This record gives sequence, C-alpha cells and structure tokens, in this order.
Amino acid sequence: MAKIPVQFRLNGSDRAAFVDAPETLLNTLRRGLGDFAPKYGCGQGTCGVCTVLVDGEPQLACLTLSVACEGREIETASGMADGPDLHPLQAAFMDHFAAQCGFCTPGMLTAARALLAKNPNPSRDEVVEGISGNICRCTGYEPIIAAILAAASAPGARRA
Amino acid sequence: MLEMRKDIFADERDDNLNVIGKGLQRQDMPGHVTGRTRYFDDHAFDGMLHLKVVRSPHAHARIRSIDIAAAQRAPGVKRVLRGADVPVNKNTLLSLINFGKDDEPSLAVDKVSYKGEPVVAIIADSEAAALAARQLVRIDYDLLPNVFDVEEALKPGAPVVNETYPGNYFEYHQRYDHQKLRFGDVEKAFAQADMVLEHRYQMSPIEHAPTETNGSIAAPEQNGRFVVHSCAQGLFFALGTAAKIVDVESNRLHFIGGTVGGGFGGKVDALTEPLAVLGAMLTGKPVRFVLDREEEMLYGSPRGAERIYVKDGLMRDGRIVARSIRSYFDAGAYTRLSSYAAIKCTAHLPGPYWIPNVASDVYVAYTNRCPSTAMRGFGVTAVDFALEVQMDRLAEAANLDPMEFRVLNAYRDGDMKAHRRVAKNTALIECVQVVAEKANWPLSEQAKRQSSLTGGVGERALIPATPLDQRGQIGRPDTRNAPSSQVLPAGTARIPLSKQPVMEGDRDGRAKPTQVPRYESAQPIAALPPYQPAQTSNPPAPAYQPPPAYQPSPPPPAPPPAAPAQTQHGAVRFSSVFGTRRR
Amino acid sequence: MLDVRSCASLSEASGILLGDRHARLVGGGTLVMRDVNEGRLTEGTLVRVVDPVFRQMNAGGPRIELGAGVTMAMVLASRELAFLHPAARGIGGPAIRTMATIGGNLFADTPYGDFTVALLALDAQIVVQAGYGSGRAMPLEEFLAARERGGQGLVTGVQFARPQNASEFHFRKVARVKPKGISVLSIAAHLPLSGGRVAQARVAYGAMAPTPIRARGVERALEGKALDAGAIQAAKQAALEGCRPATDAIASEWYRREVMPVHLGRLLAGDGR
Repeated sequence: MAKIPVQFRLNGSDRAAFVDAPETLLNTLRRGLGDFAPKYGCGQGTCGVCTVLVDGEPQLACLTLSVACEGREIETASGMADGPDLHPLQAAFMDHFAAQCGFCTPGMLTAARALLAKNPNPSRDEVVEGISGNICRCTGYEPIIAAILAAASAPGARRA
Repeated sequence: MLEMRKDIFADERDDNLNVIGKGLQRQDMPGHVTGRTRYFDDHAFDGMLHLKVVRSPHAHARIRSIDIAAAQRAPGVKRVLRGADVPVNKNTLLSLINFGKDDEPSLAVDKVSYKGEPVVAIIADSEAAALAARQLVRIDYDLLPNVFDVEEALKPGAPVVNETYPGNYFEYHQRYDHQKLRFGDVEKAFAQADMVLEHRYQMSPIEHAPTETNGSIAAPEQNGRFVVHSCAQGLFFALGTAAKIVDVESNRLHFIGGTVGGGFGGKVDALTEPLAVLGAMLTGKPVRFVLDREEEMLYGSPRGAERIYVKDGLMRDGRIVARSIRSYFDAGAYTRLSSYAAIKCTAHLPGPYWIPNVASDVYVAYTNRCPSTAMRGFGVTAVDFALEVQMDRLAEAANLDPMEFRVLNAYRDGDMKAHRRVAKNTALIECVQVVAEKANWPLSEQAKRQSSLTGGVGERALIPATPLDQRGQIGRPDTRNAPSSQVLPAGTARIPLSKQPVMEGDRDGRAKPTQVPRYESAQPIAALPPYQPAQTSNPPAPAYQPPPAYQPSPPPPAPPPAAPAQTQHGAVRFSSVFGTRRR
Repeated sequence: MLDVRSCASLSEASGILLGDRHARLVGGGTLVMRDVNEGRLTEGTLVRVVDPVFRQMNAGGPRIELGAGVTMAMVLASRELAFLHPAARGIGGPAIRTMATIGGNLFADTPYGDFTVALLALDAQIVVQAGYGSGRAMPLEEFLAARERGGQGLVTGVQFARPQNASEFHFRKVARVKPKGISVLSIAAHLPLSGGRVAQARVAYGAMAPTPIRARGVERALEGKALDAGAIQAAKQAALEGCRPATDAIASEWYRREVMPVHLGRLLAGDGR
C-alpha cells in the first residue's frame, strides 16, 4: 500500500515522514524520525510512557494516527532541554531522584509539562491528577510528585 | 530519611563507609530525564523485520496439524518458523549451570501445555503484516484433560503436563520428588508440645508488569556475528540460552543490554532472544521480537503461586519446639526457575528462628498454567508471609506480644540452623528492637536488652538426633508416606559435596553423574561445642520466664581478624548456587 | 491491510460506514487503535471525521447538544457543563481525556464507559445518521440495548436537558486505584426534588451489566419520597434489580454485588466517601 506523506513540527523543527495509513504517531516518531524518547509500554492507553504534546495538549502517541498530525506541533521529552540547559522539570527530576529504571520518565515529564503549562502552581492533588495517566512501576510516585511540586515553584518553571 | 545506625554491630564492620546516607547523583540520571537513555528497542536498523508468535488458545492440547501455507504467502511475510526450524528446540534455563533436564521448546511441536504457549513464529517487514499473517495460521488441536491445582497434579493418574517430568514434579538429585529438610524429630516434639497449630497459606501468581515489555532486536554484524539488543536482566544468561538454542558458539553473539525498563525478575527467562537471533540468522536481516502488553500480562511468566502448610508445636511459655512445612510451588507447565525457588525456600526454613525440630518437604509441581519464574525474593517472599502470619497466630495462642514472641524465638549467633550450619551475622533481635522503637511499640526492658550476639550456646548449638525417611523416592510410589527408616545420631553433619558441579539430569546426551548427599557417621564436627550424650533426643529446654531470662553474657567474641585488604568490607557469605561471595 | 479515510462531512462518513461492513469509525482512537496495535483489527477501513460539526458544543441553553467528537477535555473546559466534570474527570488521565470522545464512550465495553452512565441518568438522546440522510434521535437506553448488534450508522451527537439544579445531579466512580482506575462500578443519579420529594428520578450504573443500565428498582423506590434514611434504605434494598455484573480483572461479580448498595447509599446520603 502506498505510503502517505505527513509533515509536522517536532520539537521546533519541520519534519516529514512517509507513513502507512494506520501507522501510529509513536511508530513514526521512533522508527521514522528517530526520536526514541516516547516509549511503547502498552499500546492501549493505560501506561502513559508514549505521552507527547500535540499543539500543547498531552496525547498518547501509541493511539494517535500519524495522518491526523499533519501540520500539528508535536513536542516530546527530547525537546525539553534548551541545549545544555535542562528544563526546570528535568532538573527537579534529577534532584529528587524521580526515576529508577527511567522508562516512564519521558512520558512523566511530558505530562508534568502539560500540567504546569495550564496550572503553574498546582496543589499536590492536582499534581497527582496530572500524572494519573502515567504508570511508574519502580520508584513509587512520591519523588516524582515532589519533583513536580519543586519545579512548579522554581524560577523559570513557566517556560513551556 | 536514610539513617546509618553505627551503634549496631559496630565491631563487625569497617567504619569507613562514606556513601550511605549521602545524596549522590546517579550516572544514568541525565539520560533518563533527557529521553536519551537507550533501551533495547531504542535502536534503528535499516530493513528491520518484526517477529510475532502464534500462541496456543488451549491450556493442554495435542497438536494435530499446523498449516502455515497461507501465512507464508501473506503480504510482507519473510519467513514462518515452526518447532522443526529451531536447532535445539528443548531447553531449560538452568541447564547453563547443569541443573535440571531440558523440558521447554521454543516453539511447541506435538503438544501445548499452557494457554499462550508459542507454536509458530512469523517474521514480516512490519508489525502490522506479521499480525495480519498470524491470523492465517491454521493449527488443529485435540484437547487434553488439564490440571491447574498443585496437589491435584501430584496425585496418581493426573494428566501429564510435561513429558520430561511424567510425575508432574521436578526431580531432585534424580532421587526425590521434593526438596527435603530434616533436623531433629518433629513428630516426637509435636507429641510433647502444649499446642500444635497447623494452617494453610495460598498465594496467587503475580505478574511483574514492567512498563517496558519483554523484547529484543537481533541483527547481523560483521564476521558472522550477531548483535543483540536485549531487555534481559541477566544478559549473559540470555546470551548462553540463545547460543544453545540456535546452536552457535557464544562468541558469535554480541549482547548489549543492562538498561532495563523495569524487570523485577520477569526478564530473566530469555523469552524473545533465541527466536530473534534465529530469525536474524535465517533472514540475514535485523529481527525485532517484542511482546505486546497483553502478551506480557498473560504470557510473560509470573511469580509462581505457592501453597504452604505450616505446622508448629508450641509451648505455653512461647517456645516453638517443632516446625513442619509442606509446600508446593506452582511451576506452571515448565521448570524455568521454580526448581531453584524450592531450594531457596528450603534454605530459608524455618525462618529466622531457632527451632530444635524442623522438617520440610517442598515440591515443585507442574500444572497447565503459564510457566512461573523469578520475582523479587521468589522462594522466600511467600513462605516468609506464611511464616510471619503463622508467628502472629502462635503469639496469640501463647498470649504473648508478637514482637516479644519474635525476640524470644529469634536466631542468635552460634545457633545451629536446621541446615546444620552455624548461624552467623544474625540480626532479627536488633531489627525488632529498632522497629519497635520507630513504631513506639512498647517492648519490655528485658527484650530491649537482648542481643543476637549472645545466647546461641548450649543445646542451641547442637545437632539433634534426626530420624530419616525415604519419603518421595522417585520410582517408588510406595514411599510417598514412608515412615522413618533410620535415625541419624545427634551431632551428625553433612559431608560437603566435592567441588565438582552436581550434575542433575541429562543434557544433550552428556554424562549424568549422580551425587546424592551422604552423611558422615555420628561424630561431632570440630567447630561445635563438645558433644554431649543426649539424655533424650529432645532435652527439655531451660525453664522460660517471658521475656527470656537474660543470662550474664560471656565476654563478647573477639572481633574478627582485620580484613586482609583495606578495600574489603563486610562478611563473606555463602550462596548455595553461586558459591562464596562477598557482600 | 488497513486503510484510513478522512471525511470532511458527516454524511460522507456515514455513507462509508453504511456501505462497508469492515469500516470502523475512529474518534479519539482510545478504543479502535488498541485493537489495531494488538492485531485484532488488521483489515478494513478506519474512518476519521474532520467535519467541525462533529466537535461542536451547544451547551448554553436548557437543551444541550454535544457532537460525538467532543472530547472529555472539552467537557472539562466548559463551565456550562460543570455538572458533568466529575464524570469527565473520571475518564483516564489528562492525555486520554484530550483524545477520548463522548461518541467513543458510548461504544466502550464494560467496565469502561463511565461517561455514558452519566448520560443515561440525564435521559440523553443519541443522534444517529444512517447513510446520507439526516440524523434521527433515539433514546440512549435503546441505543445501548442495540449496541452489540452494530451497524446502526454514525453517531453524530448526544442531546439532553440541562438539570434544573446542578446539585441534583450526582456521579460517583468506584475504583481500586487512587486517584483513579478502571471502574469497579460507577453510579450516576439525577434526583430532581419537587417540594422536597424526588420526582422523575433517574439512576444509572456502569460495570453492573454488559452495558450501562438504568437502576429502575432504585428509581421506583425513590419516586415521590424525601431523601431520608428510610428512602435510602429502600433504595439500597432495590439496588441490585436488573444487575448482571461480570467477574473481570478489576472485581468479581460477588464483590460488585456486595459493594453496589453500599456506594449507592453513600451517594444518596451525600456522603463524600
């Protein structure tokens, strides 16, 4: 079957790919464009490790058709750091030991980023709600919640 | 939150530890937070193929026929594999350390023994093509009666789950249908105990549910080698297993891994590596084999369920005088690591308590369930749950505080363990003391003064006379409930086996030397206190006034000689499988 | 192989769905793409609707109309739909809610589909377009009863009357994972009070039958009564009428039957637990 061209912005750069009709955004990002930050964890919307931002809103790349992303703005954890400067969330995750195996971390960071973009000063409950679609199987959630709360009060946290 | 209790066992430890309690950044953290950490699946290969397996929909069935013709013709399909395509299509994980018989095919040939067992592998140029072709494979099955309960599986006439072990039990030392432990005379002690309590504990299987599912990518390298990006927790275990199954020298495989997206024991089985390597060899292309979430949850091996019966003889003053354990590991259809779990379980009995009479029979039973495997302390975790619940029940029966009850019965340095080894580095008393302090749990002054370093003397340091039985001898069903046939006199210790590996079962037609533990004649071993002729095999223990009478402590044992090199810390421990190691 | 068709109009989409037995509508993708990823859906056509009407919200007046493509996030962003926020927030995490649509929720197999439970307690009508004609409305309950048979065309939207008093609409989702998980069960209740007495009660359950169902026994027990201890007790006694809960990975049938009256009682009593 013929491949379909798709263009979108990925972490601020114009990118294009030829995709199969039912191809997911996750496959296009990983296999087509080499951005391995979003992971495959379940393919059914329960784990959140493939969370990306589409036009600023969190979405699950494993359930999103690539052809539906034409002209959209996609952001992943790969694009959070500004060159060598970590995003405040990334720095807070490091400081608070908010990763163990690291597999959930890109999705967790992206969910947190979406939360802080809408709600720069979330309560603890709002943080819990904000990452309620992201499963971390090893660290437990406490260091992650602490990191997000710390990032929210850090200078520069409002940076998208 | 971390606290270094330097006051406890201060003389047993070098005091130059300088990392614990400090926040040191991990070296892999920058990769994790920037999304740059590379897991097995985060590698791009040109022309990569995708492998998916067709799984059995039945728990137990004979395969009448397999028709792959339509799947082979499907768009995008490069190769379809059946059992006959796998060079060594029977393996057991621990064959790498010569333990157990090969019992599990990579792809089932004439029968399936659990729902989800792989039968056919499809290699196609996209996941979608492999999934579509999977639906075109036709397999005809004749259903067989199945068995899902460990005790039912061991009954005569139960359906045979695994032809390699026709009795539905793992065979230890080619001699016994279970792991056996005998120390003292439990039957006599039960008869003399004030109370006897028996309870049954049933665990459930638990799926590890790592966020990253099991998988691997194998790709041809230069010089006839293959690079394998693997999720394996035991990378060289997976390498050895893959090399055996695809029948290549291990130096032709270049395994890369160590960055695991959650494992918890569920990534030691090499579930995907052998077929990925075989696929890469047969197609000359990179082949990726990744379980999807549903496969991971249903057919990635879980922690095995265990059924445990604990029977204890208890005196009114709180002393446990006998403990008898009968336990069944549900291995599922194939051995994987359950044989080892039962050894760990036996080595852990009777828990961290000194009990003068201990017996245990731990079985590994095959059922038509998904094979179970390692998971976080497997072999110990479940029996510990059973034992500690039992301890609470015993404390209640003896009308004692559960914490005091544990202090009373805890191991102390110098105690003779049921395995005829002297207890060393014991610390349960100190753990209870610290936990009680943290939890504001009132502990008597006497319990607070107890120490693991003292008290393991006298009767506690002796090996009691021990009746032996022939129970569960393979090939002799009449011995299932055999009475004792011989009494080992007090003080009898086991002769260490020779340094040669114990060969159990046959593997690839190699020789199978049989080594059954032998016992030395009734002579006290040198390290023990002088042998005292026993008045009875079960001398009455000194009267107990709860909490335990605190005896004036003998001078503390001389501190161990200084470690030979400054860089060494901690005590040398012995591991039953891996030998001596430093921890 | 699967094909994807993007349709600029509702009638185009419903025409494809009517003419092609192997065509499936993909809304937010949270149901259909799972089947694609797991190899259950390998042939046929995925139909996308890009017609803006599909995501239109008309929530200002007494009669509310929501396009089937309206997402849970859009419901949560609407102040006018505040009474539906607890139900919308109960669906997945933020990413799922950006994607999951009201229309998709109508097709979610139990124990999913909690938003539909809320719609059922609102006496919602479903607008279905078969072929190129205009849509026709049918009661949600009728739609659910016929759902398993399929082939009804394209669901384009839902309509329902705004509750006169938002405080008379209640929703509760019970899960074993905090802050949320898949439903053990969910309950929605619209209990309009007239002169202190319940009039026209509507109570609906999720995960207590193969589809969301109305709790008619509870509705009867409450009709014309004040919400006092006696009425609540009577409602609890009638709580399981018509229930056929399943045993699944989340809960057993037994457990669902045991806890349903308890949670219903708490909801009716205004107990925050």
